[in-house]
Amino acid sequence: MDLAKQIEPNAEIAARRRAVGLLARAMTNELHAAWEKLPAKPEVKPVRGPETGLVMVRGRIGGGGAPFNLGEATVTRATVLLASGTAGHAQALGTSKENVRLAAIFDALWQEAGTRNSVETTLLGPIEARIAVEDKQKAEETAATRVDFFTMVRGED
Amino acid sequence: MYVAVKGGEAAINNAHRLLADRRRGDRSLPSVTIEQIVEQLGLAVDRVMAEASLYDRALAALAVRQARGDMIEAIFLLRAYRTTLPRFGSSVPVDTAAMKVERRVSATYKDLPGGQLLGPTFDYTHRLLDPSLLTDEPVDEPERRDTPQEHVMRVSDILAHEGLIEGDGEFSEDHQAGDLTREPLEFPMSRDLRLQALARGDEGFLLALGYSTQRGYGRNHPFVGEVRIGEVEVEIEVAELGFAVSLGRIRVTECQMVNQFKGSSKAPPQFTRGYGLVFGQSERKAMSMSLVDRALRAEELGEDISAPAQDEEFVISHSDNVQATGFVEHLKLPHYVDFQAELALVRKMRLDIEAARKGDRGELQEAAE
Repeated sequence: MDLAKQIEPNAEIAARRRAVGLLARAMTNELHAAWEKLPAKPEVKPVRGPETGLVMVRGRIGGGGAPFNLGEATVTRATVLLASGTAGHAQALGTSKENVRLAAIFDALWQEAGTRNSVETTLLGPIEARIAVEDKQKAEETAATRVDFFTMVRGED
Repeated sequence: MYVAVKGGEAAINNAHRLLADRRRGDRSLPSVTIEQIVEQLGLAVDRVMAEASLYDRALAALAVRQARGDMIEAIFLLRAYRTTLPRFGSSVPVDTAAMKVERRVSATYKDLPGGQLLGPTFDYTHRLLDPSLLTDEPVDEPERRDTPQEHVMRVSDILAHEGLIEGDGEFSEDHQAGDLTREPLEFPMSRDLRLQALARGDEGFLLALGYSTQRGYGRNHPFVGEVRIGEVEVEIEVAELGFAVSLGRIRVTECQMVNQFKGSSKAPPQFTRGYGLVFGQSERKAMSMSLVDRALRAEELGEDISAPAQDEEFVISHSDNVQATGFVEHLKLPHYVDFQAELALVRKMRLDIEAARKGDRGELQEAAE
């Protein structure tokens, strides 16, 4: 089997996973800003939702053992259809229907060759950068609380 | 004679109106916002999420506000809300090894990969009231330090290297994780179901039970292998996409308790483990949960069951504070008819006894004469 063909769908899945994951983290102001920047607002038909429900969050016994049900989390999801026929899905923790509706539209726009780059530069790029800054800050703040042990010299040598 | 009556509608309406007034309190003070509760009373929000078994910071803060800070009432409100929502599915099990760690301490190893990270802890504070919080003084930004590119390794993995500790806890391939929100509780239950019950169990109840094991009621020689707090990714398989995607992150607290074990006919001497995993930041709860999880494994490990913390049916049946408060607090609701019946019964018993005494006295008198 052709190796390139094997890698390509995986790369495409990884790219979509990244996009969908970033859209789940999008904040209201980021989505609105990107929407405002769209040169032509797409024609959108809602297919499902936005609707809020629950996802049972699972953990693993001992951290890596058999799964168990930890508790639920609120999740909101939406599916939309662009006039071009592309379907967009979005789902995110929380109850913000407006965020998820917009995220689903951007998911559809990201899948279309003509608009993918602009979704990257106006929305996904900024979200990714924001998360990187937040994570770095938190990690550095935590690192400052790391204990540096030192040995007391006792007695005479 | 008791005659059934109706009534109280106006009294109930006025009571709820009065409740709303008292909840708001002095109108000359600004009302507390949901954002303020999320940001400044975050651990109260975490407790409500953990024991309501529903992760949603904003809704938990709303519940705290609506309940006037009564935690169990807030937990009840959030539990009630969750019953109104459909379930979309189950997440891929969260990977706590990949946690964005905000705190990690180990009581078993001083120098371990990732180090001892104290994070935002109350430990080592002097527990003196801080008068600067009477007013709104500016607060310093946290210190920062470059992060080492070092994985915050699990303590259990370090011990597993030497083969001196049992595994994480596996079931056979075909075991389906139980869900107590879908099926009624049956005893004995499997460890996965117990962990679900403990994760939503009352913090005070689990703390007291954990404490009782330390004081000798089912002693199990615990060490905190590690406690870690931080954010984990929640992923779900999306049918339309055919692969798992991230829904965002949640903060959890995990405790790996390591317990001495002298071995049995089936297993050599080694360390056994208790596990705690809780929504939000709550190491007291996670530690208590892991102590109780280990205690409840007594039968599995061939230990004597002699203490309350080892009694699965006792612990799991009484760990849910919404159930507990429902049954305790229902006692204040009208029991007029029940009580009338009891009253009549006590009166009759009293009369019977008095009549019997009179009869005795009559007999005695006759005998004396």
